[in-house]
Amino acid sequence: MHHLCALDDVVPGEGLRVTTTSPPVAVFRTDDDEVYVVDDTCTHQDASLADGYLEGCWVECPLHESRFDLRTGAVDQPPAKRGVRTHAAQVVDGQVWAELSTDAPNLPPGVAGSTAVASGVTA
Amino acid sequence: MSPRHVVVVGASLAGHATARALRDAGYDGALTIVGDEQHRPYDRPPLSKGFLDGTLAAEDLALEDADDTDLAATWLVGHRAVGLDVGLGAPGVAATHCVTLDDGTVLVADAVVLATGARARRLPAHLGGDLAGVHTLRTLDDALALRAELVPGSRLVLVGAGFVGAEIAATASKLGVDVSLVEASTTPLAGPLGAEVGAAVAGLHAAHGTPLYCGVPVAGLTGATQVDGVLLDDGTHLPADVVVAGIGSVPATDWLVGTGVPLTDAGAVAADADGATAVPGVWAVGDCSAWWDGDRAAHHRTEHWNDALVRPRTVAASLLGLAPVVTTAAPYFWSDQYGVRLQFAGRRTGDEVLTVEAGSLEGGDALAVYWRGHVPVAVLGMGQPKLFNRWKRSLGVASVAA
Ligand SMILES: Cc1cc2nc3c(=O)[nH]c(=O)nc-3n(C[C@H](O)[C@H](O)[C@H](O)COP(=O)(O)OP(=O)(O)OC[C@H]3O[C@@H](n4cnc5c(N)ncnc54)[C@H](O)[C@@H]3O)c2cc1C
Ligand code: FES
Repeated sequence: MHHLCALDDVVPGEGLRVTTTSPPVAVFRTDDDEVYVVDDTCTHQDASLADGYLEGCWVECPLHESRFDLRTGAVDQPPAKRGVRTHAAQVVDGQVWAELSTDAPNLPPGVAGSTAVASGVTA
Repeated sequence: MSPRHVVVVGASLAGHATARALRDAGYDGALTIVGDEQHRPYDRPPLSKGFLDGTLAAEDLALEDADDTDLAATWLVGHRAVGLDVGLGAPGVAATHCVTLDDGTVLVADAVVLATGARARRLPAHLGGDLAGVHTLRTLDDALALRAELVPGSRLVLVGAGFVGAEIAATASKLGVDVSLVEASTTPLAGPLGAEVGAAVAGLHAAHGTPLYCGVPVAGLTGATQVDGVLLDDGTHLPADVVVAGIGSVPATDWLVGTGVPLTDAGAVAADADGATAVPGVWAVGDCSAWWDGDRAAHHRTEHWNDALVRPRTVAASLLGLAPVVTTAAPYFWSDQYGVRLQFAGRRTGDEVLTVEAGSLEGGDALAVYWRGHVPVAVLGMGQPKLFNRWKRSLGVASVAA
């Protein structure tokens, strides 16, 4: 499990970009207080999904408006065509942790990144 | 009645999106896509950004990807449409149109979608526009030619400080090219953004050490066969190895003159709010078109990537006689300059009141809102994606915050 942030760091209804993983991930906290973790970079081009608009458990990419289902990573319509990789999130004692996926990330062309953990606490 | 053969002219963003929207909407008849470039559909915005600086390769620009089918379409790439003969139909008889290609092929179709986009406006020959080293940037081939000349230490002058010119300037300076910009108007981007915001965005050049000469027209380019400089009306001479004219684009509609398809004064195909032209069975979408804009009570041409992607869904529904797909979303575009993402949405006509809701114009991180009374009608963000997307959603809705 990888420690990402404190739950309080994430405003309800918003996302937070966490860069202690590589590639960076986005932690979303819905208005119902569900927490989801997905790769932060949109699968289409270089945009941070943490900056996107959260509606229920969907996030809309802030650059070209494709929407991703945070539960499955699935994308609703172009321009993005590939789903975003999801990570299993857990909140323990007010801290957000994730089991980082070992699947290959769906990063857009020209964006460097790997599945390796860059730094931070791993337990 | 569903058509039997749809011909889409223009094999780029709007043409490809139209083909996909037709198939998504259930159209299973014949579909032909004609494009005069040698390439399958590719994405243009990276041409002044990641493709120009070498981060992206040509294959990264493809709009189709490996698991995309070819949409069961006949792709005629490398072919230019040169004529359109509109059959007007008759009561009970569907119109049949003929599209003639440069090799003499005639395509007979009962629906035609014009998606020919635009071409870069060139500097006229008498000003030196034909000299070697003078470029425009619209196509992949243009970008390859320009990229080859942007070597570190070379001197680049951009004529025109609009969005594309500004992006090229930012990219080239990152490549170690010695860049300057000249702009005939006193404030760059005053047309789309207004003078105050335009000046703030143009301030990014100064903040990154790129000289910008405003308010002085270009008298001409200098050089015998190869360009060696840009001469301004006030006598200033800027030495240059490479010149790029970023002075706008013109709708690629010359081939439609005299066909009966109505064009606006600026040469765009005039269409209604669903993309239908006054000729039954002919639609137009993307950069070549000017759709009816109720807010402005005029035909309005947007040259935005998003509109070229989204509006084809409206065209497909109209063409197939399905329930209208209304695109209520405000026109939207973005631009990346010096690592700052600019985003603009809305319909700005010029007499709005401006407020800065976050950051500052001087600081280059503003979230600026344009108001008509208590209604926000447009929003611009400089590196403010979160706030921008929130405000974008509230456009057109009266707010007490004004
Ligand atoms: C360098 C650059 C950077 C840009 N950056 C941005 C950006 O950051 N944000 C943004 O919102 N927008 C941007 N744009 C604008 C965006 O790319 C356009 O809005 C979009 O490409 C329009 O798509 P389109 O399919 O309507 O037209 P086009 O992309 O112009 O495609 C039209 C196609 O039709 C072909 N054609 C023309 N005439 C004929 C004919 N007679 N027969 C057959 N084929 C024909 C053309 O060769 C072309 O392939 C940029 C444009 C350029 C050039
Ligand atoms: S970058 Fe996300 S949809 Fe384009």
